[in-house]
Amino acid sequence: MSKRIEVRDLNVYYSKFLAVEGVTLEIEPRSVTAFIGPSGCGKSTFLRTLNRMHEVIPGARVEGEVLIDGNNLYDPAVDPVLVRRQVGMVFQRPNPFPTMSIKENVLAGVKLNNKRISKSDADELVERSLQGANLWNEVKDRLDRPGSGLSGGQQQRLCIARAIAVSPEVILMDEPCSALDPISTLAIEDLIEELKQQYTIVIVTHNMQQASRVSDKTAFFNIAGTGRPGKLIEYADTTTIFSNPSVQATEDYVSGRFG
Amino acid sequence: MTSAPAPIKAKLRVGDLVFSRSAVFAGSMILVTLAAVALFLIVQSIPALSATKEDASILETNFWEYVGPLVFGTVWAAALALLIALPISIGIALFISHYAPRRLASVLGYVVDLLAAVPSVVFGLWGIGVLAPAVVPVYTWLNENLGWIPLFSGTVSATGRTILTAALVLAVMVLPIMTAICREVFLQTPVLHEEAALALGATRWEMIRVAVLPFGRSGIISASVLGLGRALGETMAVAMVLSAAHVVTFDLLTSVNPTTIAANIALSFPEAYALNVNVLIATGLILFVVTFAVNAFARWIISRRKEFSGAN
Repeated sequence: MSKRIEVRDLNVYYSKFLAVEGVTLEIEPRSVTAFIGPSGCGKSTFLRTLNRMHEVIPGARVEGEVLIDGNNLYDPAVDPVLVRRQVGMVFQRPNPFPTMSIKENVLAGVKLNNKRISKSDADELVERSLQGANLWNEVKDRLDRPGSGLSGGQQQRLCIARAIAVSPEVILMDEPCSALDPISTLAIEDLIEELKQQYTIVIVTHNMQQASRVSDKTAFFNIAGTGRPGKLIEYADTTTIFSNPSVQATEDYVSGRFG
Repeated sequence: MTSAPAPIKAKLRVGDLVFSRSAVFAGSMILVTLAAVALFLIVQSIPALSATKEDASILETNFWEYVGPLVFGTVWAAALALLIALPISIGIALFISHYAPRRLASVLGYVVDLLAAVPSVVFGLWGIGVLAPAVVPVYTWLNENLGWIPLFSGTVSATGRTILTAALVLAVMVLPIMTAICREVFLQTPVLHEEAALALGATRWEMIRVAVLPFGRSGIISASVLGLGRALGETMAVAMVLSAAHVVTFDLLTSVNPTTIAANIALSFPEAYALNVNVLIATGLILFVVTFAVNAFARWIISRRKEFSGAN
């Protein structure tokens, strides 16, 4: 169920401001790809173009193509709502719906997609998704409690369970651990390792150790200066990026000699 | 061992003193005014509460029989107005906060606020002159086709000056405040939750259903109750529009309509004398109690979500 992503010559705009320029890369199915780079270099912005969440911001638009298994996401005939059902997303800050219970949170996406679901199917899906997110054992006795009562790390795993409950092809993660403590971070990283058996995962991170721990390939983004567009500098196997990068800027960044 | 240093005393500055005294004065003025009004109402009401028709010509039996239909009319008209205004104001607020392009949204916001600036007597004139004649055909249709529903039964008023028309005018009058509160609350929906819904593949409406409306629920409730409070006390529009009788009826379309306390006072006061004056003031006391209860309820709901304190 996981799919290959191809990005061709993508320019990303906020109104007239060119935020990311000329990105071309390919992401393999069932792999973890990390985007690293300094703040403001456009990696999150670029990530959000992969499920058309970018255009939620007024005035935001893109030029170029994003192909998922050969189908262009930005084809005029494509409904962004359907794109987002295929490409799930986990955000920087855990965002379970505050008025819903844990169970309702997991089922939120399925119910949105207008599927009628029997109670036994729903229960099974909740268990499967929460187990998939390594959260089942911690919450199985309080599925009807509010999701906002969990700890930050648990909430983030709940969000991952919510994302995988709709069986997406790809999961995008926008700095999923930046608001979490080290133990919760470890739990999420272990989870990413398991999820990659089934899903194509793209993760934005500020933490270079994390990128080197979890990802197969790494893309380094950089920006020439404020007001200039962010660019993809180097994209290669994670081991190459961290041990033997071909571009000087990459080496400076991963070795901490940046800026 | 040294002795403890003397506590530092704040220096008294003239500016601070003037400000704090004037703030205390302003604050206590509210209490004084409220107490004066309440005292006036209570003192003037006491003779009326036990009055009978021998004492006051306006009464048919006793005071409570007199005020009963008025309380019913007041609550009934306000509830109808709320029922009409609530869905519309939620719709307008959602349109402004989530659908309209930014420029159109701010223009619309001003227009809604402008509606709040129209004096109620103008709404009354509009109700008599424009709305009432215009709704007569609609009422006739409702009566002919839906007459089996008790609300629409009876003989249709030829003038259109019914409780439903009054409720429509009231609805227009409470719309601005309700829309403004709903809009503010909807705008405060965390982007995080909206994006969570969208990223799951929610359409715009589904996003509103999942993220915006649950978040805004208490704001919607307080908007309703404040709207209700305003509708309860509104005088001129009802007094002008309604052709009133002294009855309790749920019929919406007939020319026999219950009236409201405020409208009744406005219409009866000029001719009132002796104990009749006290009777009317006593109905005012009842209105005061009802409105106070509604507002207290609204405050209580608002206080449960402190971040919405901008809503009142």
